[in-house]
Amino acid sequence: MMDAGLPLLEVTDLATHFHTQRGLLRAVDGVSFSVRRGQTLGIVGESGSGKSALARTIIRILSKRHTTTTGRITFEGRDLLTVSEPDMRDIRGRDIAMVFQDPTSSLNPVKQVGVQIEEVLARHLGLRGRAAQTRAIELLTSVGMPLPQERLHQYPHQLSGGMRQRVAIAIALACEPKLLIADEPTTALDVTIQAQILDLLHRRQKAHHMAMILISHDLGVVAGYTDTVAVMYAGQIVEQASTRSLFRNCRMPYTAALMRSAPNLSDPPHTRLRAITGRPPDMVLPPPGCRFEPRCDDATDICRNRRPALSASDADGTHRYACWHPVASPGASA
Amino acid sequence: MSPAELLVVDDLSVTYALPRGRQLIAVANVSFTVHKGETLGLVGESGCGKSTISRAIMQLPPPTGGAVVFEGRNLAHLDTAALRRARTRLHMIFQDPISSLNPHRKVRDIVAEPLAIAGMGDAEDRKRRVRAALENVGLDPDQVMDRRPHEFSGGQCQRIAIARALVTEPQLVICDEPVSALDVSVRAQILNFLEDMKAHYHLTLLFISHDLAVVKNISDRVAVMYLGRLCELAPSARLYEAPLHPYTAALMAAIPVMDPDRCRSPSHLLAGELPSPMNPPSGCRFRTRCPRATPHCAAHEPEWRETEAGHFVACHFPLVAPQGATISPARQP
Repeated sequence: MMDAGLPLLEVTDLATHFHTQRGLLRAVDGVSFSVRRGQTLGIVGESGSGKSALARTIIRILSKRHTTTTGRITFEGRDLLTVSEPDMRDIRGRDIAMVFQDPTSSLNPVKQVGVQIEEVLARHLGLRGRAAQTRAIELLTSVGMPLPQERLHQYPHQLSGGMRQRVAIAIALACEPKLLIADEPTTALDVTIQAQILDLLHRRQKAHHMAMILISHDLGVVAGYTDTVAVMYAGQIVEQASTRSLFRNCRMPYTAALMRSAPNLSDPPHTRLRAITGRPPDMVLPPPGCRFEPRCDDATDICRNRRPALSASDADGTHRYACWHPVASPGASA
Repeated sequence: MSPAELLVVDDLSVTYALPRGRQLIAVANVSFTVHKGETLGLVGESGCGKSTISRAIMQLPPPTGGAVVFEGRNLAHLDTAALRRARTRLHMIFQDPISSLNPHRKVRDIVAEPLAIAGMGDAEDRKRRVRAALENVGLDPDQVMDRRPHEFSGGQCQRIAIARALVTEPQLVICDEPVSALDVSVRAQILNFLEDMKAHYHLTLLFISHDLAVVKNISDRVAVMYLGRLCELAPSARLYEAPLHPYTAALMAAIPVMDPDRCRSPSHLLAGELPSPMNPPSGCRFRTRCPRATPHCAAHEPEWRETEAGHFVACHFPLVAPQGATISPARQP
């Protein structure tokens, strides 16, 4: 593997604060993680946990006027927070690409599919005319689009949701990016189409040794398609581990509660769900201690007053969690 | 019709007229029964017609074919006044709680509206019922009655919508994707809560969702729809244990499970997309995506048949139940 030692992307103590009428909203509040080439990092969290703000911060598409960003985003040795806007425009789409949840709003409704793909090819690779068209057809074929040649001249509204997402993925993969950020890429799609799209992303990632950040609220999606997972709650990473370790041996009560609260197919009908009471905190005025404390069954005084740091739980330091009273580790005996 | 049959949907069809004389058959010849006190789940992907069925049951608009018999009366034969009365016993909860509540009105008026429409009780009586309904959904009436929907979270709005649906003490509540717009943690609260409400008000539920895990959890029996038709109906546990229709099996295989070691074989993936309902495939509508399809499936529409007590399927080549599964009793209360 190429420079296996050095991560492709390293995010250090990143914070993104939105200026709102009510005050500073701490959407992302001190997040650190890294992604290696060819690896997939899953980011799980509920709405408002800051996972989309994090993705948008990395590719710098948030309005500068309304946000303050601090920390470091090192991509191939460069800090993305300090590169010039023209340089960032070269990186965006060519080195780092993004797929959004809603393909209807990420595609231009008044431009033909082919034109939208060819624009990216012209901007970053200098491909035009016949060559660009040929490449566009190849790309559509590679994302499993039926009748790719005919699609070139269609508009997004003429396609189904799944096909639109395939077009968005074709555009994202057009320049063979080193990093793909997929923000809830299948949430708007039906379950059979979701499986197709996730499988497609997975295969393309393996084929091109691309790194991927897969953002989802669905733990099931993350379990099947990632190498490592970061769980976000109220703007912070509360647990981070290899995917297997997280699902076998989760330590943070929030992660455990999230896993328990989803209906399980192996349970008989009418099994009582173990819901998490309350709701996430107001990010303008987050609790001073652990942010999950108001909803946590195990909370004590220390949780209310002091914020737990993200600390390692295992020997090699890859499983980290932020909690004063972690869930007992079942893996210890196994 | 036996007294246990609260709602009978018989050969229901909904057709929309399109320009140039074309027709869109959203729902074709669907029949099922909802028994008093049960929860019937209705699953399918978007565009399969599940919401159209719920609206047709409510007569919004009335179906173009077939009958909806609620408490022994065909709703299509009722005049406006009688239909209004019937609707107090038949209510609906929608997917998006925020847009299903009028943003300009106070919670007290939103919840009281069904009472006002039905002309139930006097002002004092209505106020009492509204308070009781809000209390039952876990909201403090004094705190919420004079606020407007935008002041509440999605989960709370769904509770308000449920209070509104329950204020007339209906028999049947149709829940159309009631938890799809909610976060996982809030979803569990609302699902548990629907079970509590069902027990408290002795409700019967028709629960519509695209999420099979949610449907399995809440339903006694489940019906699976594809492109406007039913393909399978069985007791919930039975359906998930031994699906007969290849579509049901494919839907289940596509559910992401929280297990990093479960092997994901692409062969389980259903190929292709939902065909256009304007031009549905001949014969079995699922045949264009079905791994078991033969020329026979293109020529003949499969019949809706009962393969064992309570297990219905419309397929020429149903999946064989696992050995012994056919004789073991279904785990069903």
